[in-house]
Amino acid sequence: MSVSTFPGTGRGVIPTVADPVLEIRNLSVEYGYDENPTKVLRDVSLTLNRGEVLGLAGESGCGKSTLAYAATRLLPPPGLITGGEVVFRGRDGVEQDILTLSDKDLRASRWQDMAIVFQGAMNSLNPVHRIGRQIVDALQAHVPGISRRDADDRAAHLLELVGISADRVRSYPHQLSGGMRQRVMIAMALALEPQVLIMDEPTTALDVVMQRQIVEQIAELRDRLGFSVIFITHDVSLLIEIADRIAIMYAGEIVEEAHAHDVYRRPRHPYSDGLLHSFPPLRGPRRELTGIPGSPPDLARLPVGCPFRDRCAFAFDACATVSPRLTAPAVPGDTPGRSVACLRHDPAAVTAAGFTPQPVPDRLSL
Amino acid sequence: MTAPEAAARSRGADPGDDAPVLQAVGLKKHFPVRGLRSHDVVHAVDDVDLELHRGRVVALVGESGSGKSTIARLLAQLMPVTGGQILLHGQDATVRNRRGFRAYVRRVQMIFQDPFGSLNPVHTVRYTLTRSVRIHQGKLRGAELEDALSALLTRVQLTPVERYVDKFPHELSGGQRQRVAIARALSADPEVLLADEPISMLDVSIRLGILNLLRDLRDRLQIAILYITHDIASARYFADRTMVMYAGRVVESGDSESVTQDPKHPYTQLLVRSAPDPEDLDARARGARGEAPSLVRPPAGCRFNPRCPFATDVCRTEVPPLLPVGDGRLAACWGYADRPDRPTLGSVLEVYGERPAVDEQLLAAVEGTSTEVQR
Repeated sequence: MSVSTFPGTGRGVIPTVADPVLEIRNLSVEYGYDENPTKVLRDVSLTLNRGEVLGLAGESGCGKSTLAYAATRLLPPPGLITGGEVVFRGRDGVEQDILTLSDKDLRASRWQDMAIVFQGAMNSLNPVHRIGRQIVDALQAHVPGISRRDADDRAAHLLELVGISADRVRSYPHQLSGGMRQRVMIAMALALEPQVLIMDEPTTALDVVMQRQIVEQIAELRDRLGFSVIFITHDVSLLIEIADRIAIMYAGEIVEEAHAHDVYRRPRHPYSDGLLHSFPPLRGPRRELTGIPGSPPDLARLPVGCPFRDRCAFAFDACATVSPRLTAPAVPGDTPGRSVACLRHDPAAVTAAGFTPQPVPDRLSL
Repeated sequence: MTAPEAAARSRGADPGDDAPVLQAVGLKKHFPVRGLRSHDVVHAVDDVDLELHRGRVVALVGESGSGKSTIARLLAQLMPVTGGQILLHGQDATVRNRRGFRAYVRRVQMIFQDPFGSLNPVHTVRYTLTRSVRIHQGKLRGAELEDALSALLTRVQLTPVERYVDKFPHELSGGQRQRVAIARALSADPEVLLADEPISMLDVSIRLGILNLLRDLRDRLQIAILYITHDIASARYFADRTMVMYAGRVVESGDSESVTQDPKHPYTQLLVRSAPDPEDLDARARGARGEAPSLVRPPAGCRFNPRCPFATDVCRTEVPPLLPVGDGRLAACWGYADRPDRPTLGSVLEVYGERPAVDEQLLAAVEGTSTEVQR
């Protein structure tokens, strides 16, 4: 089977013309209302194109879930969006900033424009209602004038779409396995044919066999229904398979963004490189692996300069004072459009701060 | 040489001695199902044989609910077995009282999955370790105790010791907490470590640090390690032998490299082909269907038969024994039996590759209803 026929890799279907459906611009989020809030997201910008699967990877506490919740205005207190905008562009080309919508418009937009499948979705179904009823509820709330019968039919069809037989509409959540509950959540998210589907660790609680089934299904449905996906996970190897583009987050910032294949074959940021060498391979030669030394920084006491420098093998004097920005990597012949936040790739910023630029290490310029 | 290392040496006086340290024979655990007049049981573990040797790591791989953690808890004697025997150095090790249990845990220690839950949040590292040291090494005081603590923390690479010994668990990262939990287990100077998913709650970048630490302990202290995981790739990296479980039974065992590179049992093949691996996008078991069976009424015969593309009548009626399928390898599949009615095994890849994941007609139906709704 060639790569292009596998919908999951999706590399044959990326629109050549960028057609952004969701643009996150300079989004900043802080936790805490006191004098010393924790800056969990700092000026994060991210673009999701129509029909694209965008992978968001990073360790726990790096802000990937916060990014998803902030972009949908679901951030619970004490989270506070302190800046930026989230522009959603509908099928008709009309742009609206999600962050400034009125409550009424926001309610209409949710689920219809952007749907979200939550982390641990298996536990977010109401245990005392039948699953069919829960899907019908959502339909009736968002589609005015839909008859109960139509809604029932549609609920049954949605379940079949995700591979659950229609006679399960009368089941309670506890009668379904974890994988099936996760599918129900995906069916519910797709009920109103949203254009953007945000999936926050949708397969983390599942076994690999079930994970593969769900991931395949998402890819197939994406290809037919044409929605875009933001897929959040800590499992980079899974992302390389299913995502078109990958953004890697560290300590509340995006440190690298590129096509999935480029991230895997030619990582430019030392952290991406470390992450890729943190999971043992199932095939190929067995090699000694070390992971990344140290642990992620405390966001409440973030040092100036590059937040990764304490764990980085390529850190130099400028890293302690200059904060890296996302720039094109300083490697000739790189795919255009990829970016990396590392001072090794940004000699101009290093020189401007009065330090001597250091060359890009061989490891990061393959 | 520190005391534990010396002890490890003396224990290993005869390197040719290949008798298992801890052994389970015909291990069985059934949990009663609650309810009025219910005599149902959950068949959590059935007929599992297992051997742990000095300085060797055995991985137990399987999906959640396959019984791997139950085996760890049985081996730690945290609950009684329904059937079968646990042997420590060939002697029946069934614990009958508190004194016996304490003597047993001195030799067999367990590391739990969640380092956030397994350390008491109101006590410092010093308190946690001191308690364990005093229980297992006698009433040490003063300088002796300090030496013991710093030796333990050094062994798990939490250095400089002064920086960590007076911390509370919440001041440590997940990886550091797991190291403290490992240090606590080591204070008993055990012969066997039962590690129940020791890295699955940790961040990706620090998992390997813990695995490398456990490997270092295996080599230096000659501890026998049972490594329980759902990640077959980490089993390949870390374990000498791998056993694959499905629905409470062992379906395949052998050295880790052959089990992962050339899986024999159809379930192992499905497992290996389902794991994400960017190196090999084509070798994918796509369109696989079904899930693990109910363990209250497990399927007759092979428990994998409802999902197995090669299953025949013999698979649905008779339980397959573990059959030899190569050097030191066993697989519980009738396909490797020497009998006329055995099923013919093919490649899981080919079988699953053909089926589409989404039904075309269904999709059309859903799209049809949705346009009606919009109208």
